[in-house]
Amino acid sequence: MSEVAIGGTTPAAPRQDKVETPLRRFVSEFCESRIALGGLVVITIIALIAIFASWIAPQNPYDLAQLDIMDGRMEPGTVGGAGFTYWLGTDDQGRDMMSGIMYGLRISLTVGAGSALIACLVGASLGLMAAYIGGRTDTVIMRLVDLQLSFPSILVALMILAFLGKGVMNVVVALVIVEWAYYARTVRGTALVERRREYIEAAQCLALPTYRILFRHLLPNCLPPLIVVATMQVARAIALEATLSFLGLGVPITEPSLGLLIANGYEYMLSGKYWISFYPGIALLITIVSINLVGDQLRDVLNPRLKK
Amino acid sequence: MTVYLVRRLIQALFVVLAMSLIVFVGVYAIGDPVEILISPDADQIERERAIVALGLDLPLWQQYLVFLTNAVQGDLGRSFVFNEPALRLILQRMPATLELAFGATFLALVIGLPLGLYAGLRPNASASKTIMAGSILGFSLPTFWVGLMMIMVFAVQLGWLPSTGRGTTCSVLGFIGLQPCSSGVQWSFLTIDGLSHMVMPAVNLALFKISLVIRLTRAGVRETMLMDYVKFARAKGLSPARVTFVHVFKNIMIPVVTVVGLELGSTIAFSVVTESVFAWPGMGKLIIDSINVLDRPVIVAYLMIIVMMFITINLVVDLTYSLLDPRVRLENKGT
Amino acid sequence: MKPNIRRRMLAASTIAAAGFVLAAGQASAQTATIAVGAPVTSLDPHYHQLSPNNAVSDTIFDRLVNVDDRSRETPGLATEWRAAEPTVWEFKLRPNVRFQNGNAFTAEDVAFTIARLPNVPNSPSSYAAYARPITRIEIVDPLTIRFHTAEPYPLLPLDMTNVRIIDKEVSENATTEDFNSLRAAIGTGPYRAVAHRNGDRIEFERFDGYWGERAPFQRVNYRMITNDAARTAALLAGDVDLIDQVPTSDLTNLRRNNSVHLSETLGLRLVFLGLDHLRQANENSPLITDNDGKPLGRNPLQDVRVRRALSMAIDRRAIVERVMEGAAVPANQFLPEGVFGYVADLPAPTYDPNGAKQLLAEAGYPNGFRIQLNGPNDRYINDSRIIQAVGQMWTRIGVRTAVEAQPWTTFVGRAGRQDFSAFLIGWGSNPDGSHPLRNILATVNRDRGWGASNRGRYSNPQVDALLLQSLSELDNAKREREVVDGMRIAMTDVGVIPLHIQTNIWAVRRGFEHTARRDELTRAQDLRPAAR
Repeated sequence: MSEVAIGGTTPAAPRQDKVETPLRRFVSEFCESRIALGGLVVITIIALIAIFASWIAPQNPYDLAQLDIMDGRMEPGTVGGAGFTYWLGTDDQGRDMMSGIMYGLRISLTVGAGSALIACLVGASLGLMAAYIGGRTDTVIMRLVDLQLSFPSILVALMILAFLGKGVMNVVVALVIVEWAYYARTVRGTALVERRREYIEAAQCLALPTYRILFRHLLPNCLPPLIVVATMQVARAIALEATLSFLGLGVPITEPSLGLLIANGYEYMLSGKYWISFYPGIALLITIVSINLVGDQLRDVLNPRLKK
Repeated sequence: MTVYLVRRLIQALFVVLAMSLIVFVGVYAIGDPVEILISPDADQIERERAIVALGLDLPLWQQYLVFLTNAVQGDLGRSFVFNEPALRLILQRMPATLELAFGATFLALVIGLPLGLYAGLRPNASASKTIMAGSILGFSLPTFWVGLMMIMVFAVQLGWLPSTGRGTTCSVLGFIGLQPCSSGVQWSFLTIDGLSHMVMPAVNLALFKISLVIRLTRAGVRETMLMDYVKFARAKGLSPARVTFVHVFKNIMIPVVTVVGLELGSTIAFSVVTESVFAWPGMGKLIIDSINVLDRPVIVAYLMIIVMMFITINLVVDLTYSLLDPRVRLENKGT
Repeated sequence: MKPNIRRRMLAASTIAAAGFVLAAGQASAQTATIAVGAPVTSLDPHYHQLSPNNAVSDTIFDRLVNVDDRSRETPGLATEWRAAEPTVWEFKLRPNVRFQNGNAFTAEDVAFTIARLPNVPNSPSSYAAYARPITRIEIVDPLTIRFHTAEPYPLLPLDMTNVRIIDKEVSENATTEDFNSLRAAIGTGPYRAVAHRNGDRIEFERFDGYWGERAPFQRVNYRMITNDAARTAALLAGDVDLIDQVPTSDLTNLRRNNSVHLSETLGLRLVFLGLDHLRQANENSPLITDNDGKPLGRNPLQDVRVRRALSMAIDRRAIVERVMEGAAVPANQFLPEGVFGYVADLPAPTYDPNGAKQLLAEAGYPNGFRIQLNGPNDRYINDSRIIQAVGQMWTRIGVRTAVEAQPWTTFVGRAGRQDFSAFLIGWGSNPDGSHPLRNILATVNRDRGWGASNRGRYSNPQVDALLLQSLSELDNAKREREVVDGMRIAMTDVGVIPLHIQTNIWAVRRGFEHTARRDELTRAQDLRPAAR
């Protein structure tokens, strides 16, 4: 029995790896789609902005001393008390939206990518183990998945808050706890089918160590659906963080992520102060769309079953 | 098979037990319900009285034992806030959530399947690329933001739809005319007013699911089209429509239905944001309100029900899957 | 329902129908829809002490002593009351009052109600405290009742403003569920409840036998929409006619909108900062360090100069204008002018960052220190925004402030355990200065029931002595002097740092009028069709 992996479930013949440089082939295949290439460029730019935010942003939006509520809710293009122009306006605390978005990208990407990565590692390992070892291990892991799926993320976040306090890393922890089950389920589904294949049997006959079979043989063949889930989950993690912030459980208010900026500006949507929530929303949208464009193409390229 | 089912049932019991234990400890760690529920000007004597009244004066393990003893007799406790049996509160709210969740899933299938099919059959058409790019929108914007935008546009600006709430409801028997509308289990989809109230929250909930269905369908179609049996069918000269709808469609429905099934589960359980933005009186709103005031009996009962639901869904998925795909066999596995 | 009543109601509704024909085109005036932001948890008026519940109880039931929109005590089901002896309060009851089921209202119902207060099972926040001072109830005649107390107790009429009277006949043995299912939800108020869906909506119908002014609407729908933006949107879309707890972010927009107007009044809720008074001068306060993040070795908040500096550093006007968008007034004490216990001679709060720095230097902190300011983010209007603004201001005088906001659920417990050094919190007062004095500023004392919400553990023997005197003083003028003196001492000593008193704001659709109340209650009877 198995859960279904998002993306591809039907098994195909084992991968027939070409001897010629796989990396070059991968690159050229990836570049076939110009949209995906564009997405990759955008992600790179966004990542650079996030990394170098503290050098290029006109203001440090996390330093309360640099903010002035008298500059609060200024329209885009106004010149503030500190002497520079707020090109994208300010939020209720007098935080320059442009700086806020640059720094916020950093938090959102850390939270989104970080939690997706850790959850993926944890989830995929557990999923592989469940499928490969089977028996009691499988039972325990899969019932944990059941438990986790029915546990509301809000309650998880509240408990983390109660146990660990506030902080960006604690949000990552909460998201990992919420998300690992998705990966585990996906990987286990595929791995259950794959582990009966000849190449695994061959590896077993060679008496290779279990971890080697798991990670060198089984895992690569479970990758395509995993990547689909992962790219969607990065987006989902960022959106989930926004929702947690909306409910007051997200990152600290003085270090807003994109999601928290949106949630803060949400209240001002009805009163025409669109920029507080609109620009971070656009930034979030662009980020997630490009991540997924790249993810889509990656999946197609990496999926051996789509090879002509 | 029977052995397998019995074993799963026993496991389910353990999961439910674990859930209740985690919730007990978790809620205990988060805070003290009395601090939250009590009037700010209550003095110390009143606070102590409330602690005793809610049974919170006992050590935690004793509270848990009391809970277990009652649960075995079918009593999951009374809400701290409403002073009504937790189970009854949840069941009262269930129809509202069920119809919303099923409505959203229905929309997702009706919109997502054709679009995904098209995008999968013509992966290089520009319309397909638009569909795929558009489907990303479905899960990149936070639900609360989209919800408010919909209210602003369709209720405030255009005035086409009511902004919030559940509207007029009716029972099934009342709908047929066998009894007055107001008696029995109430559904909004049976009245025009109720339906118009349902549209926006259902669409809001459906957005993510539509994207999911589009993507699953497209991926499935693209893979299946390259399968040998589809190639044979085409070579045999079967009409493209027959190939698509009989051979391809049948094959991709398995993943779509399973994932959508699980998605339906989580919608029933946690449409928290949508329900609070649209003031929809369902279970999602009940659980978030209960968490906010640490109404432990409701939280525990709720999550126990939800975990049962997920276990059942997963069990059904496993069973269907092993029936449909003989490569995966039950009896070899411990689960 | 008794037959004669049914006939009367029938007649009344015929008259209403006739009126309806005359006022053709004013069909909407027969029904009104109200949306409130906080859910009502029960229709049992003695189950859960909570403003939303009290508001609904006020619509269905009545109290002996009413409170008007200015928070003054006015006759309710009692027409007059006096201290007949130092330990005896006598209430004269209103004649010819009937319950919504036709039963007559008498002293028996009052006695029954008081006896029920401590006996509501599972109550998470009971009304028992209002019955506790009463040692014996004496029914003199059907319309005269006497409450005996152990000691002189001046606050008894104030307590009676919190108790809604129920009908003895239907409520004998009634449970909270019986009230929720409407079987026992029968009072003497202007509207009766005809439908109730927990946490979602209550539907009211006019009670034609009401003793007071006739309710203006035949039907009132009372909906709960907890999401702020959704509530405003529902008003703008015309789905509801009145909303409460208008978010300040919507005020500018609503003021410009012709189809909506605001109904507002200064409230009784002070938002203030509590400070750690628990740690002594030579102990570390949990969230205060020196500028390098090392323990300070002393609690600077024990020095009144530091407390004063922190208060002077706050530009309250800026917070009111920019953060609250005008929906508050800067405050130097708990109550607004005109309320019992207001201290008229306290200086207005000043904003003086330089003076604050100087005071800090005098206290031995020329370079300031570091502090964490905590607050809830879902409890008071703009709570998390206010602490950020205060954080900005404190940082400017050298007190580097880290700001942390969390949901009330986790915040309140930590505040109650004195985990914080400085925290934002609010207090909605009864219209009597002894109320905040006793709950927030008095030394914690279980036997007296003092300081239950004194989360900073402020303690001042002078304040305690004055409060103690006032609590047994039956002469109101003398009592007010004692309360005022106590409050003045506590405020001059900066026991807490008052920020502002909130304005209560409702938004009303054109064609309706609403009476804004100081006590924040959103009651169906306060909404009327607009006078032409």
